[in-house]
Amino acid sequence: MTQVFAVDPSRQMPGLAMQAIGLTKHYGHVVAMEGADFDLARGEILAVVGDNGAGKSTLIKALAGALTPDSGQVWLDGEPVRFASPLDARLAGIETVYQELAVAAQLDITQNMFLGRELRKPGVLGSVLRQLDKKRMRKQAAEQMHNLGIRVQSIRQAIETLSGGQRQAVAVARAAAWGRKVVILDEPTASLGVRETHQVLDLIHRVREHGISVVLISHSMPEVFAIADRIHIHRLGRRAAVVSPKTTVMSDVVAVMTGALPPQAVVSAALAPAGAPDL
Amino acid sequence: MGTGELLGGVRMRAPEPAAATGPRPDPNDAAAAAAAVTLASPRRQALSLLAYPITGPLFALICIFVVFSLTTSTFMNAGNVSLIAQQSVVIGTLALGQTLIILVSGIDLADGAIMVLGTVVAGSIASHGDAALAMVLGFAACVVVSSINGLVIARFRLPPFIATLGMFTIIAAAARLYSRSQSFPIASDLLSVLGSGPEFGTVTVTYGTTAWAALTLVLGYALNETGWGVHVYAIGNSPIAARLNGVNVTRVVFSVYALAGVFYAFAAWQALGRTPIADPSGYQIANLDSITAVVIGGTSLFGGRGGVAGTFIGTLIVVALKNGLTQAGIDSLYQQIATGVLVMLAVGADQYLGRGHRLGQGHQA
Repeated sequence: MTQVFAVDPSRQMPGLAMQAIGLTKHYGHVVAMEGADFDLARGEILAVVGDNGAGKSTLIKALAGALTPDSGQVWLDGEPVRFASPLDARLAGIETVYQELAVAAQLDITQNMFLGRELRKPGVLGSVLRQLDKKRMRKQAAEQMHNLGIRVQSIRQAIETLSGGQRQAVAVARAAAWGRKVVILDEPTASLGVRETHQVLDLIHRVREHGISVVLISHSMPEVFAIADRIHIHRLGRRAAVVSPKTTVMSDVVAVMTGALPPQAVVSAALAPAGAPDL
Repeated sequence: MGTGELLGGVRMRAPEPAAATGPRPDPNDAAAAAAAVTLASPRRQALSLLAYPITGPLFALICIFVVFSLTTSTFMNAGNVSLIAQQSVVIGTLALGQTLIILVSGIDLADGAIMVLGTVVAGSIASHGDAALAMVLGFAACVVVSSINGLVIARFRLPPFIATLGMFTIIAAAARLYSRSQSFPIASDLLSVLGSGPEFGTVTVTYGTTAWAALTLVLGYALNETGWGVHVYAIGNSPIAARLNGVNVTRVVFSVYALAGVFYAFAAWQALGRTPIADPSGYQIANLDSITAVVIGGTSLFGGRGGVAGTFIGTLIVVALKNGLTQAGIDSLYQQIATGVLVMLAVGADQYLGRGHRLGQGHQA
């Protein structure tokens, strides 16, 4: 019963940061992705919106290596990739910030920034005694925070002493530090106040200015329209449309999202041609 | 990959002026902006000492020493202080392994039983065989059993409380079955060496005392100076965050239990040095004593906060309190009450301080 979409290689577009064609994922009888396409230009902020259960998370997990699609193909910088784990995706230059879960509260900023990638001292101290190079890590963490304009009192502050916005900023800064190509942000502002949301959105802009492509999953339409270069609208397990916030109004995006408006009714801003067959 | 360069200036643009961060009307932010990003100053380091978790336990230990010095004539002399150290080594060494496990939000109810198994295995083999072999097999028994705990907890996700409670009863019974409920007197010098040591008048600095201090330092180094140590704390904070950041949580948690087994083996060796007899029915509440020492030392039962320096002091607090109350001629049941009160105070302080931290009041200079 699983419908397999043959991936037509001619639909792969050069020059994209990331592209996916015909991703499917079935859990028994439940269809989570049904021929989903995705494209992300270099240095853009792409918002991914969709109703609950539309399959946004499944798409993002497939891109971040957290699940393996049943069929379909993903390209990173024009190269075909297949991620068996989130670590694979990370090594390939894709970092993901998960909502609220990604920081260890009692560790300090530096320890969080380098968690799982600690630097050791050179020589015997590092190789035999496995001693951490705390000084070098603190210096680099401070530089990274400074580059992104994030202010904290000290790089040695425990995360739990920071505000929600600052915590999220640290998580984003970490992703930007390690994500060489793509940073995926899963609802980074969901639990933040108005002012903190603005700080994080500012930060996302600065990450983009550093040449990193950003994928932003969000439920907040005003936020999406304020920050995104393009908007990927996900519906029923696939991409319904990609629109530009400049040519499409908010109510139309919501209408396509909920199915009140057919995707053909909005001006497409897709870079790669859509290819999933109609069901 | 070249991790060293990733965060550096290679990919990043030149640092922007701090003003480029947009409008920030909030006064809290203004204060933060004034401080900007700074590496910790010496003054800040000095201040953070006040928030350092062992300050409370250390203060309590000093109070105990002051009170008993004033109320008894026998407490504060070099001989008694060295005795307190000797009385501390078994629970103190056991508590090092327990600390490690509590740091990853676990608990080990089997540590005392595992230690006793180690003494019985070593004692029985030494009674008609080679002491060195007895030593090796005693160590192996402790490490293997604790590793099994690690396996069922890390790999098969059993709750630590239940897994180690089960192991506690299994091992306590197994040690008796194995020994046919016999005790084995220890004749070997190797097995009882930790109870001896250089004497200076009334003071004996046993090898066991030195070993306890050395093991504390080694574990302290591993926890504070290595990536593995950071991962232990990270898992105690949030296993999900640790996993999402590429920490192999299963492997680290397993390593924690396996390594704790090594400390239990040292505790077994310490026990044979203290009392040169391997008794399968000894040390029945050593598990609770070790947890008490860890908690009084300021390590949080929720995991992720605390360390071995606190446990070292916590052990001394428990032992010095018992010793002092004995010197003062107070019934041992009152000693237990005093220890219980101390545990509740320690946990209360943990809760109270923890709340302060979460409100962000802990590090304001």
